[in-house]
Amino acid sequence: MEDLIITGPGIQDEEYIVNMGPQHPSTHGVLRLKIALKGETVERIEPHCGYIHRGIEKMCERLTYQQMIHLTDRMDYLSAHINNEAVCLLVENALQIEVPERVKYIRTILDELTRLASHELWWCAFGMDLGALTTYFYGLRDREPILDIFEETTGARLLQSFNVPGGLMNDIHPNFQKRVKEYITYFRKKLPEYDELLTGNVILQERTRDVGNLSLEDAISWGVTGPSGRASGFACDVRKHHPYSAYDKVDFNEILYTKGDSFHRYDARVREMWESLKILEQLIDNIPEGDYAVKMKPIIRLPEGEYYQRVEACRGEFGVYILSTGDKWPYRAKFRSPNFSNLSAINKMAAGFKIADLVAIGGSLDLVIPDIDR
Amino acid sequence: MNAIINYLKELFGGIKTLLTGMSVTGYYFVHPKAIITQQYPENRKTLKMFDRFKGEVTMPHDENNQHKCTACSICEINCPNGSIEVISKQVEKEDGKTKKELDIYKYHLDMCTFCGICIKVCPQDAIIFSQGFEHAVFNKAKLIKTLNKPGSSLKEKVKEVKEVI
Repeated sequence: MEDLIITGPGIQDEEYIVNMGPQHPSTHGVLRLKIALKGETVERIEPHCGYIHRGIEKMCERLTYQQMIHLTDRMDYLSAHINNEAVCLLVENALQIEVPERVKYIRTILDELTRLASHELWWCAFGMDLGALTTYFYGLRDREPILDIFEETTGARLLQSFNVPGGLMNDIHPNFQKRVKEYITYFRKKLPEYDELLTGNVILQERTRDVGNLSLEDAISWGVTGPSGRASGFACDVRKHHPYSAYDKVDFNEILYTKGDSFHRYDARVREMWESLKILEQLIDNIPEGDYAVKMKPIIRLPEGEYYQRVEACRGEFGVYILSTGDKWPYRAKFRSPNFSNLSAINKMAAGFKIADLVAIGGSLDLVIPDIDR
Repeated sequence: MNAIINYLKELFGGIKTLLTGMSVTGYYFVHPKAIITQQYPENRKTLKMFDRFKGEVTMPHDENNQHKCTACSICEINCPNGSIEVISKQVEKEDGKTKKELDIYKYHLDMCTFCGICIKVCPQDAIIFSQGFEHAVFNKAKLIKTLNKPGSSLKEKVKEVKEVI
């Protein structure tokens, strides 16, 4: 038996390769990270993507612009409405259609509700990654009313497909405004609980502070956007710097931190929830009267050329690139998904930290795997 | 000495943060009314979905077993995943003219992504979403549904104002 134990000089210095995933509870999906370890310290990480690659970009080449929208739901399913909006804005801008103010307001309200729901789910999952099972139920509890609002107006809880080029599928439900207002007052009371439960918690602080630091230069060069990028001081909020829909009419702060460690990525998201509530409050009472959609031709043909539209999804900048040859479907569709770029920086963040810290780093990036693979 | 003071500070500070969190959970422990868990499936009878909920595509029939579908196939063309198959037949009328009529309206629930385009584009409002959401079956073939009832016919066209829910 003793012969089997390998001993000798240099054995401690060798790299040890460990696979995290594709079936691992803290990767939140089928993500495979090939980790080279030295002892317990992470040397480098190689993400292996493509486990749920569905070829959405290729499928878009044979779908009309109306049909394309329902596929964008299925990339980042937690910011489904925002992804829809990106395609709709692209088509509207390419055809130079001005949508009614009412549509812009409703879209922005639904965007922010999506962002709240997404951050709540992330918050509870992040707590659970670090061992705090309680947070999971608190986050889901507060997410439920938002899903009910979606269900009442759009008909679906998660994958809404509510945007169409030129406006919306339906007008908002008569209860919509009342319910959103109720939710804002409800959630303003509940959001401080998040800080009491988790933010101040000594275990979370110890496990996330100074873990997975990402400098501003690295964030920019790796294209880390969204709250993860803003935690490193990268002012990349598309809503602020290139406003679309009704974002130019609202007043909100861009949450910026400088350190870029896991705790600041966490805190950026929690503070963003307050800002989302602020945006909702400014818009919900002022939805102008008007049509909910512009009459569009049944077959949309974009003029020949290249188009790009970006929006701020829950995890960062989401971009749609379309090359049109004047046909009723795109010649080439490309999606710039925030999670793919955010994941690419994980090597920079996690190198030199312990393997247990990798869970905290991955959780603070808020990865959604279908968005990476598309 | 400083090290000991710092250690104690960290220790009691840590315990304090834990107690802060415990006070939140403790509040809900003594306030069971704040719990919002739904007892599904026990509440099946009282559970009501929202009117717009996208359960599955159905074709409403009136009391004379008549539907509104003219077999124009617009829904079939617009469906992104090919989950709708409209099979039509040519029927000879009394005056000798042939007319296209709906034979079978096949709906593949297993391929449907509930995007709602078919319902939006239907010029006759012949199909709607029903609120049923329990789609689990033991046999996959059961998910391919025929939406028009046997022996049903086309309803005579009556001008109606489209109502938005």
